[in-house]
Amino acid sequence: MTNEETIENGYGDALSAPFWQAAKEHKLLLQQCGNCSHFQFYPRPYCLECQSDDVSWVEASGKGTVYSQTTVHVQVSPDFNPPYTVVLVELEEGPRLLGHVSEGEPAIGDQVTIDWNEREDKPPLPVFSVA
Amino acid sequence: MGQVNDSPIYIAGVAETPLGEVHDQTELSMVALAAREALDEAGMTLKDVDGIFVNYMGEEGSVQVAEYLGIQPRYADSSDLGGAAFEAFVHHAMNAVSNGRCEVALICYASRQRTRRSRSMAPRGDDDSLTAQFQGAYGLPSPIGHYAMIAARHMHQYGTTSEQLAEIAVAARKWAQKNPKAWKQDPLTIEDVLNSRMISTPLHRDDCCLVTDGGGAIIVTTQERARNAAKKAIRVLGAGESHTHWHISQMPDLTVSAGQVSGREAFGQAGITPADVDVLVPYDSFTITVLMALEDLGFCAKGEGGAFVEGGRLAPGGSLPAMTMGGGLSYNHPGALGLLLLVEAVRQLRWEADGRQIEDAEIAVAHGVGGVFSTSGTVVLARD
Repeated sequence: MTNEETIENGYGDALSAPFWQAAKEHKLLLQQCGNCSHFQFYPRPYCLECQSDDVSWVEASGKGTVYSQTTVHVQVSPDFNPPYTVVLVELEEGPRLLGHVSEGEPAIGDQVTIDWNEREDKPPLPVFSVA
Repeated sequence: MGQVNDSPIYIAGVAETPLGEVHDQTELSMVALAAREALDEAGMTLKDVDGIFVNYMGEEGSVQVAEYLGIQPRYADSSDLGGAAFEAFVHHAMNAVSNGRCEVALICYASRQRTRRSRSMAPRGDDDSLTAQFQGAYGLPSPIGHYAMIAARHMHQYGTTSEQLAEIAVAARKWAQKNPKAWKQDPLTIEDVLNSRMISTPLHRDDCCLVTDGGGAIIVTTQERARNAAKKAIRVLGAGESHTHWHISQMPDLTVSAGQVSGREAFGQAGITPADVDVLVPYDSFTITVLMALEDLGFCAKGEGGAFVEGGRLAPGGSLPAMTMGGGLSYNHPGALGLLLLVEAVRQLRWEADGRQIEDAEIAVAHGVGGVFSTSGTVVLARD
């Protein structure tokens, strides 16, 4: 499916639409460079390491480590009821992703695996469970 | 090619806007009042201003402010480096003035975020922005959630404690008690900070800066023009700026801020080391902001900021006086503190800081930090 089609069908921007399309199937995609193998996320039109155009979406292992986290005790918007924990996960492939915690109480350094939170009006949101 | 900045550059005037809760002025009128006061100190008028540097004063901020003041500049800058923009503006003004592109630079700012109740912690970004897709969706409070994650990582990696962070808030309060203009004057202990409400772990309410109205103005000019100043002009020895990220997921190392680069640039240009600094005026948006600045500017090694601040080292009587006006934690935080850091640094070097004056202060550093620990601007000032 081309970018144009995914944007028409769903959520995201011109570059991120494939990510959200895959999210519907609970697949976590990262960009990888065909020239230097560098992984990057969020998506860019070329590799930030070597500037090659040869970047493509690949499925990530879904495994990572909690790099940092915070538990929020204040109401910042009607969409979130405190307390809730936001983790910053370093994926095995290198890039970091924010996430909520679907299961367990992680500490920094803990291994986590990808999970998905279904949303009504948007594709599933990547979250993490303690491995 | 010779050194670009070989002609001495000075800050010839500084002023605060009305502070605290301001009901009888607008942001533009506050800026106008501060600009006149700073120009008075410099022995100048609005007619002398040919460069204008403004952040957070609305769309095309320098254009709005210049019109309000009746100025048609030949150099204008509304670069948005968040709260660190004002240290970056000194950097930019230094280059512009030393290259003859303008001669009298007015840097100014005002906010009424307290009176307007305009401060929100809601995540930023339009619905289809990268920020909304990958960050806002998690409800990370802006900016505190980002600083909280940085503090948590620093604690994990280096064993930094909440007590050590609280030392910074206590030091700021002790300085504030010596400044009649400070918003918070009541006593504060480490226990008080630890017992204050948890906002976003590990940061408590008293790890966070105030929300007040305020702002200021400063005048950057040549040595020749600064000779007419009513008060002692203070030399800009060096300045630098940098930024690392917009999204927290993109910050290369959560324990290293852009201050490493801005500090290296500013200290290098000034030809000084941290040991030469008599007064440090760091941006204290949160306690962790100061702790990381101490490391990134080289006052202590990376990871040793916690131990460094223990025993009141930054407080009155300590070996590194910092946040001497009470900082954003206790004096005033009008959304962007960077300009008021410069005002305090200049007053310390003019030896006019009254009850909080650092004796014989000759070198001061103002270190701005903005965004979500994204940006830094460092300015080294000297009494000569």
